[in-house]
Amino acid sequence: MYGFLQHVINGLAAGTIYALVALGYTMVYGVLKLINFAHGDVMMVGVYVGYAVAFLLGRDSLGSTGSVLLIFAASMAACALLGFLIERFAYRPLREKPRLTALITAIGISFALSYGFQLDAQVNVRGTQVTLLPGAAARAFPEIITPVEWLNIGDGEVVIWNRQVISFLIAIGLMVGLQYLVFRTRFGRAMRAVSFDHRVAALLGIPVDRVIAMTFMLGSSLAAAAGLLYAIKDTSVQPLMGLYVGLKAFVAAVIGGIGHVPGALVGALALGLCEEFVVGYTNSSWRDAVAFGFLIVVLLLRPEGLFGRVQAEKV
Amino acid sequence: MLEPVKTLGTRAERKRLLDVQGVKVAYGAIAALKGVSLSVGEGEVVALIGANGAGKTSTLRAVSGMLKPVGGSITLRGQDITGHKAHTLVPKGMAHAPEGRGIFPNLTVEENLKLGAFLRHDTDGIEADAEKSFTFFPVLKERRKQMAGTLSGGEQQMLAISRALMSRPQLLLLDEPSLGLAPQVTQTIFRILREVNAQGVSILLVEQNAHLALGLCHWAYVLETGEVVMNGTGAELLQSDDIRKAYLGE
Ligand SMILES: Nc1ncnc2c1ncn2[C@@H]1O[C@H](COP(=O)(O)OP(=O)(O)OP(=O)(O)O)[C@@H](O)[C@H]1O
Ligand SMILES: [Mg+2]
Repeated sequence: MYGFLQHVINGLAAGTIYALVALGYTMVYGVLKLINFAHGDVMMVGVYVGYAVAFLLGRDSLGSTGSVLLIFAASMAACALLGFLIERFAYRPLREKPRLTALITAIGISFALSYGFQLDAQVNVRGTQVTLLPGAAARAFPEIITPVEWLNIGDGEVVIWNRQVISFLIAIGLMVGLQYLVFRTRFGRAMRAVSFDHRVAALLGIPVDRVIAMTFMLGSSLAAAAGLLYAIKDTSVQPLMGLYVGLKAFVAAVIGGIGHVPGALVGALALGLCEEFVVGYTNSSWRDAVAFGFLIVVLLLRPEGLFGRVQAEKV
Repeated sequence: MLEPVKTLGTRAERKRLLDVQGVKVAYGAIAALKGVSLSVGEGEVVALIGANGAGKTSTLRAVSGMLKPVGGSITLRGQDITGHKAHTLVPKGMAHAPEGRGIFPNLTVEENLKLGAFLRHDTDGIEADAEKSFTFFPVLKERRKQMAGTLSGGEQQMLAISRALMSRPQLLLLDEPSLGLAPQVTQTIFRILREVNAQGVSILLVEQNAHLALGLCHWAYVLETGEVVMNGTGAELLQSDDIRKAYLGE
């Protein structure tokens, strides 16, 4: 029983992180009908930015609330900028082209980031080596949140760590905020209008380019937050984590019904729990097989995802 | 091809609001407009009639910035707007209720109306204008919390027109507001259009139903395969044999 409870807790903790990444896929798909395959890699870049900031702050100042906030803020801002640049220079010129063109471009950017970051590049600035690109090896991600047991039941039978609670709260907070933004604000209305038909949206005076750019920035900064939470949990960072986590989050978004915000959340939690149970009760090498098996089963039974609606492709 | 455009009747002098000069539009290699010229005066209702594929929708799209003309010029109150993006023309007083209505089905009636007022920040004024739409079309008030996709075709058209009016335009472009609607609903809509015009909004109206359009307008243009072939007052065109044969089925 204790074991089961622990698995549920771990599964939900992992699921909320997937959910944050999945929301980025879903938002971008919502406004552009594009699967932004570079999304996970933008997340990875965010983690490295967080890593760099933590490094610059120094070991002694880590653990304080201020340093955590600073790391998150820097990483989210950097990813917002990266998302903006990718949209502006890679996707916008292709918007009126066949969708496959943008999709292939997205895959290209994904590879450029995940393999580009495996290069080693250092420059010498007045005697100090400054790392520009981190290289292929995984690095230990610093403890930016000092681990404390938040709850301990049955003498270590069930442990909830503070990072799990914090991660859960941040993820839920960001998702509630996003839901509010999309369904209660003027910008959210504009987003939904652009999502349905950007030509009509423009006729109402909505600056479509700006709405799309802001959606990218928002999705990318959510990914940065998610990436940091993931790195804190995993205590490591490596250039391929974006492909890996991104793919899982993509699966979650598709399971929930891509383009559907609460669907992404449910899909991600289901995936997180599913993976955790597989690892807990069978063999951990089954984990990915089960994740993708789950995807296949959902798509066979409900091709539009759990919550998605069937909609005709717009041309 | 170089025949002069036939003109029937005389047009009342008005200050120019919209001026379209020799506008050409192409979809890839297909030329949809081969140099269309027309104008709309202040306070005027101008109808654009023509058969399927004549280029009526393309004309409206070029005017509202939905597509870039490949030739010619468009001016609004003397200011050049050729090739300007659609969203920049809304603050200049243009509103376009597009072909197919273009309502957002997964947003409520109220949200659709609010989007029509996207660029406005005068909350009270927006509220007042929404109320005005509800007096024009009371059924929209009953349905205000409902998803727009659940409305009937006629109600959707009412919403499309109301939404376009929410930006307080000086020039309203309408693309086939009567399409697929019951005669009674069409009459309601045309009664409201007359009222909207009486309140000072100029209208450029595209219609398949030439009877209705010619009955409402001050001036009309007849479009044939991408060219204006005739223009005149609604009354004179209704009398014309060419028009009666081609568009009124007589
Ligand atoms: N997106 C498009 N791609 C290619 N050709 C188009 C496109 N839209 C319109 N056309 C062509 O341009 C010409 C003019 O079309 P347009 O839609 O402007 O006509 P219309 O007068 O509005 O017709 P209808 O009464 O059927 O709405 C037609 O020959 C049409 O086939
Ligand atoms: Mg048309």
